[in-house]
Amino acid sequence: MRHTASKILLSACSVAVITGTLLIAPSGASAAEETTVEKGKALAFDRKLGNCLACHAIEGGELPGNIGPPLVSMKLRFPDKEALRAQIYDSNVRNPNSIMPPFGRFNILSGEQIDQIVEYVYSL
Amino acid sequence: MKKLLTATLVIGLCSAFTAQVQATPEDDLKTFRTYYEKRFPNTPFNDFINGVYSIDPASREQWEEIEEFPPYELSLDNGKKLFNAPFANGKTYASCFENGGEGIANRYPFFDKASGKVITLEAAINACRESNGEKPLSYKKGAIADISAYMHYTSRGNIINVIVPDDPRAQAIYEEGKKIFFAKRGQLNMSCADCHVHNSGNKIRADLLSPAIGHTSHFPVYRSAWGELGTLHRRYDGCNKQVRAKPYKAQGPEYTALEYFEAHMSNGLEINGPGSRK
Ligand code: HEC
Ligand code: HEC
Repeated sequence: MRHTASKILLSACSVAVITGTLLIAPSGASAAEETTVEKGKALAFDRKLGNCLACHAIEGGELPGNIGPPLVSMKLRFPDKEALRAQIYDSNVRNPNSIMPPFGRFNILSGEQIDQIVEYVYSL
Repeated sequence: MKKLLTATLVIGLCSAFTAQVQATPEDDLKTFRTYYEKRFPNTPFNDFINGVYSIDPASREQWEEIEEFPPYELSLDNGKKLFNAPFANGKTYASCFENGGEGIANRYPFFDKASGKVITLEAAINACRESNGEKPLSYKKGAIADISAYMHYTSRGNIINVIVPDDPRAQAIYEEGKKIFFAKRGQLNMSCADCHVHNSGNKIRADLLSPAIGHTSHFPVYRSAWGELGTLHRRYDGCNKQVRAKPYKAQGPEYTALEYFEAHMSNGLEINGPGSRK
């Protein structure tokens, strides 16, 4: 049941991404200039940095783990963007036993890198 | 619904392990076994000796094919040769062990009353060498893994029976091992239990996480990732590095305690070492 719901969310989500790309493309952003969202995505997918795919299914990510919930419709899950950032900065605040690494508190990622990941995850 | 059930069990185990501060090793063993039996109802108890293959029919078939022509065979032959080769003084390993060293791996590690220490099989192999005037072997791979593999091979089918006697020194080492097993460590802040208890059967990237019960039954292991045989402490080393924790020393007090805990948690299962894994 939950599975079906997230599938639907996932496809709704891909529509949003495609629309996003279409909107950006004509505005003439140079290929060299990565948007914050793109930077965040690269960090999230990098095995040595965010490596979020180790535990979360994310649209477009191959061989995801299933330890954490799929990252979908994040704006609905986190109306408050700061709460999303807090989860990534230090997962142990909400759940002291969380297996999710406290990316900010343990300096796994810098504050700027976390901001970029937040923008990316918020676009999901 | 299934998700919900799993979550409740996890919480059940956590509180069982944290609330009962006075839990005896026997209590822990019962909690552990019940947890995995409920989590993996389709796995017959003795099958937990097969790690991820006990819970994943998809990869099991391929692994069974590999085990038909085991990649550890050469190491096993070498281990047998080394085991039977006389030291410079003419004696052999057989002189150091009960039953000439055959069929005894299921009783290791054991608490030695005289020294107050826990002795793993690999530590006993080196102690044997040293008492016969030979240099100790290095602990993670090579000759020691081969000899240990042979000694496990002659113990196949024997039931793991690792006793934590009612001696404060033994209890303290057991508690230390249990603490290490449940403690978060490293820059990624994860415990053995995070992966092998609470998330056993889940995937981290493409890797399925094995249940901790049975972890000690099939070592030393030939890993295709290593391209050779390695000891249990070499595997511990790898799991620590994955979470960016500084590994402890092979056969040092921490990993010895950890092995004591994990082996006790595997009581009742058969020895099936050496094994092969990814
Ligand atoms: C080792 C596993 C692991 C890794 C790696 C991981 N997470 Fe998580 N994550 C979890 C778990 C488990 C949860 C469930 C809540 C909890 O226990 O903290 C979670 C929860 C979340 C949530 C809240 C989801 C919700 O719907 O409530 C977000 C957002 C999140 N993770 C983002 C990330 C991002 C971004 C990364 C990478 C930078 C990441 N996670 C890396 C395991 C992980
Ligand atoms: C980040 C997750 C993670 C953590 C934390 C972790 N492991 Fe592992 N471990 C793995 C993976 C992945 C494997 C390979 C798949 C498997 O067999 O579970 C593995 C394999 C093993 C194996 C071999 C299993 C077999 O059947 O041969 C042992 C033993 C083991 N781990 C023990 C430990 C111990 C003890 C700790 C804590 C010191 C620990 N692990 C921490 C992920 C982890």
